[in-house]
Amino acid sequence: MSRSTKYLKVFAYTYLMFLYAPALLLPIFSFNASQVIAFPLTGFSTQWFETLLYQKTLHEALKNSLIVAISSSILATILGVLASRSATRYSFKGKQVSLTFILAPLVLPEIIVGVALLTVLKQMGLSLNLWSVILGHTLLIMPFSILIMNSAFNNFDISLEEASLDLGENQFGTFYRVILPLVLPGVIASLLIGFTLSLDEFIIAFFLTGTEVTLPVYIWSLFRFPKQLATVMALGTVLLIVSLILLSLSEYFRRRTATTKTPVL
Amino acid sequence: MADSPKSTLKCFRHRKVNVKFMIISNNNRKGWRLLAAPFIFCILLLAAPLTMMFLLSFWTQDYLTLDRTFTLNNYIEAFTQPVYQLLFSRSLFISLTVTFFTVILAYPMAYFISFHGGDRKALWLFLITIPFWTSYLIRMFLWKVILGYNGVLNSFLIWLEMITEPLTFILYNVNAVVIALTHGWAPFAILPIFVSLEKIDRSLLEASRDLGDGPIHQFFRVILPLSAPGVVGAALIIFIPTVGDFITPKLVGGPDGLMIANMIQVQFLKANNAPLAAAISISSLMIVAFISIVFVLVNRKYLRRY
Repeated sequence: MSRSTKYLKVFAYTYLMFLYAPALLLPIFSFNASQVIAFPLTGFSTQWFETLLYQKTLHEALKNSLIVAISSSILATILGVLASRSATRYSFKGKQVSLTFILAPLVLPEIIVGVALLTVLKQMGLSLNLWSVILGHTLLIMPFSILIMNSAFNNFDISLEEASLDLGENQFGTFYRVILPLVLPGVIASLLIGFTLSLDEFIIAFFLTGTEVTLPVYIWSLFRFPKQLATVMALGTVLLIVSLILLSLSEYFRRRTATTKTPVL
Repeated sequence: MADSPKSTLKCFRHRKVNVKFMIISNNNRKGWRLLAAPFIFCILLLAAPLTMMFLLSFWTQDYLTLDRTFTLNNYIEAFTQPVYQLLFSRSLFISLTVTFFTVILAYPMAYFISFHGGDRKALWLFLITIPFWTSYLIRMFLWKVILGYNGVLNSFLIWLEMITEPLTFILYNVNAVVIALTHGWAPFAILPIFVSLEKIDRSLLEASRDLGDGPIHQFFRVILPLSAPGVVGAALIIFIPTVGDFITPKLVGGPDGLMIANMIQVQFLKANNAPLAAAISISSLMIVAFISIVFVLVNRKYLRRY
């Protein structure tokens, strides 16, 4: 190994330590007995995880977040499948422009989207509830869903679809019995990524949430109470583990689309 | 003879054109039929709200009543009041600094994974993304824990006897915001740069070596220009959203580290001056778009597809 490679390796490990610094503190402080988030540690305790079990407002927020995350990931995936199927299968006028427009939320600062949506809702005199958050999140997740589905549809062999049509299956049947099963891993990956993104999204939820707060909005409100911070650490640890599981699953399904170019007969 | 081979061919060609035309119009119809729902969704939830906000920025709000007469006063206020000028310039400074450091740190990491990752590339990428799958809020809050007066970093340095007094320049100011954001956006730089490095045809490197380039020449003349799309992409992915972040400045920035998004939030939600908030939002969007476009144009010679 040359000397420059050695330096590079040292840098890579140091940088990795920097990246892990906050995440490693999370479990440390969540099992610490003191409610003060600082060193020195005072002893091992699982009490902060226990308080998670008894906080009613937390459960309420979690329920809201789950409703929002499930609904918006499903909506975004349906819209994403439509857009991506259209983009990968057909070439038509205005395709590039309209797709760029649909993918725009990827590069718009979230606060702009949040403020703009809130402006409209206020002007129309609509009240804020979970639906406003769901729609906002769907807008935000859809581009990710499209990108994931694009790779799934790109791996899909069109001749299979033609074969199904030739053999007498109608459009719907072809979609339902041939196309969908083959891109299903992509659909699942899109649902999982969308779910994870929505679960963690704060800015849009902060602007569009009414009286029913989502989990990140609830966490934000806890930051004002120093006594609650140890509980927040425990919550963070749980969230990290849950996202890790979801992510590993989505990666597993994404890989399956990547390798099922030619279906096993 | 009317049915000469030539005229049949002509007729056939003619039909072919027709078929082609039919396929195109058919494609148009089918393509749009599928795209309609997502497209309309985005018109309703993105284009309409942005237009509404744009209109709102030319109106005035007096407590709860909205005066719909056209005025540029909000923009004049946004660009001439020192407090907004300060917040605009500070936000841009923070975002550009964060973008610079994140890309500079991410590049060698991506390079290491791509060129020396061997068969552990996927593992490295997974390792990098793990710490970022906990709540963004909690991660940013942890920087407060790390950088604080009695924080992890200060206790550690005092324990090492490297310092006797806690460092105070690392929390509740611009530095803290830059550190926290440089950490928070790291994967968004590493991943695109890695992808662009992976795409480089390795035989080009052999060619440049055969033609006498040393490692440094090879890097600056072959690898860096070829990975430019990833670098430009990473820079935009970080620069654009960080301008609009208000969580990090609020948690670790203190009063001297607040950014323009904090002002948008205050004006919109607390001060009840939605038109001014809209004008500030539109202005920041324009400034960000302008800088991004200039940045892409400056680098356009590297962005051609090879």
